[in-house]
Amino acid sequence: MMVTERRPILLANGRILDPSRDLDIHGDLLLADGVIREAKRGIGAAGVPEGTEVIDCKGKVVVPGLIDMRAFVGEPGAEYRETIASASQAAAAGGVTTIVCQPDTSPVIDDPAIVDFVLRRARDTSIVHVQPMAALTKGLRGEEMAEIGLLKASGAVAFTDGAKSVTNAQVMRRVLTYARDFDALIVHHTEDPDIVDEGVMNEGEFAARLGLTGVPTAAETIMLERDLRLVALTESRYHAASLTCDESLEVLRRARDEGLHVTASASINHLTLNEIDVGPYRTFLKLKPPLRAEEDRAALVAALGAGLIDVVMSDHNPQDVETKRLPFAEASPGAIGLETMLTAGLRLVHAGELALMTLLKAMSSAPAKILGLPGGTLRQGSPADVIVLDPDVPWVLDPAELKSNCTHTPFDEAKLDGRVVRAIVAGRTVYEYV
Amino acid sequence: MNIAQKSTFVLNQRHLLGIEGLSPAEILGLLDLAEEFVALNRQIEKKQSSLRGRTLINLFFEVSTRTQASFELAGKRLGADVMNMSVGSSSMRKGETLIDTAITLNAMRPDIIVVRHHASGAVELLARKVDCSVINAGDGSHEHPTQALLDALTIRRNKGRIERLTVAICGDILHSRVARSNIILLNALGARVRVVAPSTLLPVGIERFGVEVTRDMREGLRDADIVMMLRLQRERMNGSFVPSTQEYFHYFGLDQKKLAYAKPDALVMHPGPMNRGVEIDTAVADGAQSLIREQVEMGVAVRMAVLEAMSRTLPNA
Repeated sequence: MMVTERRPILLANGRILDPSRDLDIHGDLLLADGVIREAKRGIGAAGVPEGTEVIDCKGKVVVPGLIDMRAFVGEPGAEYRETIASASQAAAAGGVTTIVCQPDTSPVIDDPAIVDFVLRRARDTSIVHVQPMAALTKGLRGEEMAEIGLLKASGAVAFTDGAKSVTNAQVMRRVLTYARDFDALIVHHTEDPDIVDEGVMNEGEFAARLGLTGVPTAAETIMLERDLRLVALTESRYHAASLTCDESLEVLRRARDEGLHVTASASINHLTLNEIDVGPYRTFLKLKPPLRAEEDRAALVAALGAGLIDVVMSDHNPQDVETKRLPFAEASPGAIGLETMLTAGLRLVHAGELALMTLLKAMSSAPAKILGLPGGTLRQGSPADVIVLDPDVPWVLDPAELKSNCTHTPFDEAKLDGRVVRAIVAGRTVYEYV
Repeated sequence: MNIAQKSTFVLNQRHLLGIEGLSPAEILGLLDLAEEFVALNRQIEKKQSSLRGRTLINLFFEVSTRTQASFELAGKRLGADVMNMSVGSSSMRKGETLIDTAITLNAMRPDIIVVRHHASGAVELLARKVDCSVINAGDGSHEHPTQALLDALTIRRNKGRIERLTVAICGDILHSRVARSNIILLNALGARVRVVAPSTLLPVGIERFGVEVTRDMREGLRDADIVMMLRLQRERMNGSFVPSTQEYFHYFGLDQKKLAYAKPDALVMHPGPMNRGVEIDTAVADGAQSLIREQVEMGVAVRMAVLEAMSRTLPNA
């Protein structure tokens, strides 16, 4: 854990983008005492506090640190896959200054004592902020609701059953009703397990040619539709954890038009990759929900641009390499993503599919707002969680350089353009690209 | 020996199936009559003869020691012949055997049957099949009129009145017949009724019952004169309606800290039996502000009043 003395920092001469207020200016950003002091032109010229570290950001972009709304961190129980410490190193290198971690650990985060454990481990071993989500149902079994009130009071920022869906509609209804009293946000993964069954990739011609069992997009859309009807019935708040297809977007659009309090995430993988990328049974591309058709990917990107999809997350899900070195159907789903989420997103920007501000908003101010977290902004007085990007620098992803415990990235050996060059958390530099 | 009876109150309906259908005057008539029986029950010689020669059957399809004993004592003190029947629900198919039982009992010509059943509306169904009078001792989640009457009597004796009092009813409103009967009665007598519960324990449509609704105990108990706690059944606690007893007690259980949100002279009630440490903690249940024991005493008096008032219109009274 890097502990540098905290001096004021002036990020000078950069392009400053603040998605929380659509700010796009050329200037300086001053950080002191762990908070943002101001963002404007010519701070440096006017003089800065003694001892300020001045960092030249010419040609670079200065933005709020990213908030990754879905990352699996292996503590407690799966430290061999990832620890809070290693996840935080990967996060910092990827510009993620707040990790929102999932509760499908072992034991499950369904007890205030475990929320407390995660927060303490993060305080002691993490170089970035960690905010835990807690379980929706006890043990993620989908039967009995978890102690939403006490869990929220102990620090859980939202409630989810991880990659599992609550199949009992009555249970889901009651959970939504109960959570509303505590203004607790339900984040639900929408995949009907009965329809998914043995499916391992998107149902369609490609899966058929590979001889792999497919998962139709209906598995996702049916569950989402059911959930949104319940949201209408209970007048609660809801966030769809990972949408992947056009049909789901239609359902989401209708719900928004009806005024329901619904928001949604898409993973960086579904925004930048499609089922064809699976290629010759590449298990690094085996994901849950699976990568979809190109039309779905394009629709997702368009939806993000239109504000229908609110949040982009990494869906960081490290798997032991041995569970990836198996025939496709037997391999574990999941890809790492903390370190590559932003860079992969920049691909969309370079290709003209998405504006930089939109991408950054979905990775910073939008999750901050939805979860009620303090970051994701460069407003005065906000936490000094800031990153500096070089949007164009070319680099090659070498898995050996990745900081996560597991290195199964879909962008293995990809040539990439743009990356984080500095990450600052609470006013201290925790990562520098050299 | 009959004590000098001041009240000549008569209940002009064959059955007492609920508070719904009682006018405020009838409710007050029953309460005033019950006052006389409170005094009587504190004497050594408690026996009356107004129901002598009459047959009272306690037909309880749902287990209840407290209410059944209360009705039994009430009947006996009025001189009736009392028979207790507890029908285990496992030995019954719902509906059919209820009517069969009613028809069978009816043939034995009782004067009054007191019925408790786990299904809402079952007591009314039975009442249609018999020639005698029927008193509802609790049907499902629907009504428990004698409980509401004894609660009202307890309140009136301690606060001097019911109108314009603020009464907070807290707990499992959804499944509670006690809550429903109390809401109807307290509103009829001009009290200000508030219900406090998590949303999963509130019936959809509760706002239309003429009550203030809140999910927060601090807000719910503010300025309350009476805090009425309802029992939370075990089956509800395990994560179906509320996640756990710890969470429920933390947010909704009545302890000294939450009681302090109410008026300093607020009084605490509970229909019993209590789950100590779940909806109410021991210090409050046994504390100076608790009326719980008095409620039980009022129960016998109120049931005597109901029986007496009904008896005055029985055939050959």
